Amino acid sequence: MPAVEGLFTVDDGEPRLIGGRVPGTESYFFPKHLGGADPRVGPVELEEVLLSRRGRVWSYTTSHYPPPPPFVVPSEPYEPITIAAVELEDEKMVVLGQCTAGVGPEDLSVGMKMELAVDTLYQDDDCDYLVWKWRPADTAAEN
Amino acid sequence: MDEIAVLGVGMHPWGKWGRNFTEYGVAAARDALADAGVDYADVGFVSGAVTVRCGYPGYVAGSTFARALGFTGAQLASSYSACASGATALQVARGQILSGACDVALVVGADTTPKGFLAPNAGDRPDDIDWLRFHLVGATNPVYFGLHARRRMDLYGATTDHFAMVKVKNSRHGAHNSNARFTKEYGLDDVRNSPVVSDPLRLLDICATSDGGAAMVVSSMEWARSHGHRNPVRVAGISTVSPTYPDPVIDLPYLAADSVADPSAPLVGFKESIGARAYDEAGLGPDDVDVAEVYDLSSAMELDWYEQLGFCGTGEAERLLRDGDTAIGGRLPVNPSGGLGAFGEAVPAQAIAQVCELTWQLRDAAGARQVDGARVGITVNQGLFGHGSSVIVRR
Repeated sequence: MPAVEGLFTVDDGEPRLIGGRVPGTESYFFPKHLGGADPRVGPVELEEVLLSRRGRVWSYTTSHYPPPPPFVVPSEPYEPITIAAVELEDEKMVVLGQCTAGVGPEDLSVGMKMELAVDTLYQDDDCDYLVWKWRPADTAAEN
Repeated sequence: MDEIAVLGVGMHPWGKWGRNFTEYGVAAARDALADAGVDYADVGFVSGAVTVRCGYPGYVAGSTFARALGFTGAQLASSYSACASGATALQVARGQILSGACDVALVVGADTTPKGFLAPNAGDRPDDIDWLRFHLVGATNPVYFGLHARRRMDLYGATTDHFAMVKVKNSRHGAHNSNARFTKEYGLDDVRNSPVVSDPLRLLDICATSDGGAAMVVSSMEWARSHGHRNPVRVAGISTVSPTYPDPVIDLPYLAADSVADPSAPLVGFKESIGARAYDEAGLGPDDVDVAEVYDLSSAMELDWYEQLGFCGTGEAERLLRDGDTAIGGRLPVNPSGGLGAFGEAVPAQAIAQVCELTWQLRDAAGARQVDGARVGITVNQGLFGHGSSVIVRR
């Protein structure tokens, strides 16, 4: 199950972030209800949109110490997590996310193509808690 | 904008003392009052910078400090804007003075901080963006510092040694500061050999969290002159601006930056806008600045500020650093106090402490870390959730 409801979907077999948009404009927000507002428009109900699945690396870092709660360390001992900020292809909006397992800073550079995945954030006895993550784009599948 | 006078400044030394934050604030306030030669009874307004880590007394910091000094009926305010809280408290005090609501104000900030990463409030709060960034991404504060540092490397060719050079420079400055927590002079190898925290930043590139307190006594120019302060340091500009939508730069504590898909949207760099507002109020520009105190949450961030304050063009900060321009003795010394690298961050005190340092510099009273002939100084700082902070002082 998703670690937090309503932020991403895999309903159509493809991982997508769920964002908001001012109807008829190119003003996008993520998360839909926590992503701020465009002051140029009046009161408006944001429409729900699926954000582009691909983008380019804006920057990246690797966290060598376990973050404090509410982060849940998925397995002991803690393995450094790499985090990427990726500018979405269509929305031109930089979105943070962990990278999938095995992706380190040596694999990344600013401008590199990335794609969204959905992967385990942590597990307990009952289930896998899922989150969106970034991974280098499968360039072979691009065309 | 009309100016106000800085009559006195004071600090409680930074450290990891583990005592009640009120104690640090009161000590700093008493120092500032003594430095100003002002009778506490003349203070008409107490402006507290809030700490959110010390319970209810921290939320009502203005009242907490006023009661510890003795209630006099003075008007109170308590301001919170994360790392920018001290500048906001000063901004509120200036408003009181310039509106005529009071002649003399006392501005105080102090904190007692826990060990380790600053973390969000407890509980399961999925509608809180600060909680989400920790829970879903593990995005601690140093993660954002690391993102910005790495981008500097990939875009402008900065190296980890450039970042280390900032730490080395500031530790040399801080070695002469009795209010600093870390007074050891570090070498490049000390930084290079410290553990990586948030790649490419190492432990000695990232500021610690500290206990400490800072205070200022400020007044109207008229009150200063009529009470024997003939040539006080003056506050010429205060900026507490927020970002302008759309802000394309990802920053604390958000999961996403604003979308810039709409080409008609105005693009105003938030960090550039912080200093710009202060310059505008003061009627001054980067060329007028003799000394600066900038918020080096990471060593790499200090380099960003050189450019965002207009000291050099984009991508040129490393040259300024290499040429020694920003060391004491250089063209435009930055962080003569030692900066956060030497202090560690005591959140509500920090923006006030920056102004304390500049006040000593402009009075030619900074001893071994004196910047010769300093007449104009600027501070810059940023609190998460979009709080800009910059103060220009002149003499």
